[in-house]
Amino acid sequence: MSLRRVVITGMGAISPFGIGMKTMMDGLYSGQSAVVSQKAEWEWQIKDLNCLVGAPVKESLPSKSISRQYRRTMGPTAVMALLAAQEAIVNAGISNSFISSGRTGVSFSASTGSAESLTQYFKEFFKSSSLKNISSGSFFQVMSHTSAANIAHVLNIKGRVISPDAACSSATQAIGLGYEAIKYGLQDIMLCGGSDELNAIVCGSFDLLNATSCRFNDKPTQTPRPFDRDRDGTVCGEGAGCIILEAEEFAIRRNIPILAEIKGFSTLSDGTHLAQSHSDSIVRCMENALDSANLTSDDIDYINAHATGTILGDIAEAEAIKKVFGSRMVPVSSLKGHMGHTLGASGALEVAASVRMFNDNILIPTLNLKHPGEGCEGINHLMDIRRGKIRTFLKNSFAFGGINSILVIGRYSN
Amino acid sequence: MTEQEISNRVKKILIEEFELKEEELNDDTSLYDEMGLDSLDSVDLIVALEREFSFKVIRNVDEEKIRAIRKLKDIYCFIIEKQKTLAGPEQRGIIDR
Repeated sequence: MSLRRVVITGMGAISPFGIGMKTMMDGLYSGQSAVVSQKAEWEWQIKDLNCLVGAPVKESLPSKSISRQYRRTMGPTAVMALLAAQEAIVNAGISNSFISSGRTGVSFSASTGSAESLTQYFKEFFKSSSLKNISSGSFFQVMSHTSAANIAHVLNIKGRVISPDAACSSATQAIGLGYEAIKYGLQDIMLCGGSDELNAIVCGSFDLLNATSCRFNDKPTQTPRPFDRDRDGTVCGEGAGCIILEAEEFAIRRNIPILAEIKGFSTLSDGTHLAQSHSDSIVRCMENALDSANLTSDDIDYINAHATGTILGDIAEAEAIKKVFGSRMVPVSSLKGHMGHTLGASGALEVAASVRMFNDNILIPTLNLKHPGEGCEGINHLMDIRRGKIRTFLKNSFAFGGINSILVIGRYSN
Repeated sequence: MTEQEISNRVKKILIEEFELKEEELNDDTSLYDEMGLDSLDSVDLIVALEREFSFKVIRNVDEEKIRAIRKLKDIYCFIIEKQKTLAGPEQRGIIDR
């Protein structure tokens, strides 16, 4: 069986900037920060929370546009996932009949189910020691595959449904697994991506590991600061990104514009530590991804970094880039400075933004990076927006649990 | 409580919590085929009725009766019977047909 080429034909985004791809790109291209104070919302919810900033979706979600029969099993994370998927489907011009043909599948992740629904669930349980007043839809909102399952349900998808749970590399892994499903001929179209919602408990989980930013609570737009000397941790955000992957021959037959091609993918375990990235494991993953694409580091002309603004994580990634790319100064930027860390959505939102960047020949810099910190120097940090042609880029995502995932994405040419 | 009062309160639940329209709710309307409720809704409907009418549904006692509910008027009958069976002497008097 010959392996099929896999292309991107549609993208959808619910980002901290708001609803839709255009809203996200407008925010990124204009160099805005979507990070705001969460003091009023969080301070009373969790005592002693150090980080009081976050990047929530700016607009309220049009949840009521989803019929009750579907909405009852969806928390905000699944609602965002569905909205992103619907935008991507319209974008790709895929018919409803093909969506439910059995040849279309879903590979969509969330690092947890709905954090808000989970909070409400346990509030009720701890208050009454009973589950009696918990609605029947709650379980479907909190299950870890809530986004994938609800997308499949609402859109009447009958192909395979995959929901990898790989924390902050979930969406990148989901796109990679969708790519493999098409490459090996198992599905023709895959709706891929990830979603996650901002919640005090979610931020608190990073906070207790000392991974959050806490020195900028009064200056929210100045954090996170990926690779910067004054960085002090990450800032949690929320959103959903959906990437439509399609077998090349289908896209050509449908005569739809091809936005990009997935050239390669790797997902490997760090194997040494659950919380701390190690540069050698990132090197292995980057080299493995390049091998899978039959490319070398010389073919890469942009790296969309994972860099979340943590002290050690950013150094590990910068060191790994130096080891793989040597003296080749490939432009590197992280979009976390603009949108915070959108966790299980980040891989998909950042792939969508990077694809748009190379379609528009614009390179977006790392917001809040003014002076590269010790250990982060020696790579070509993008610090100003500039025009530039990208042919092939790497999307890096790393996760608690030691799961690294990297995609190689390039321009399509037949 | 009269059957009319029971009917009004049940309809209020169906309108507010299940987003049904008042004109869709007749006593002979089928809960499943016409109103479009399903097994998950029946779980939530029972919880809502328990809260509204202050009774407890006991699964191994009431299961057959709940399964037999098909139309809106079946709900009224179930509530009336439930109140008669489970209410204490001081509460029994409130059921007034």
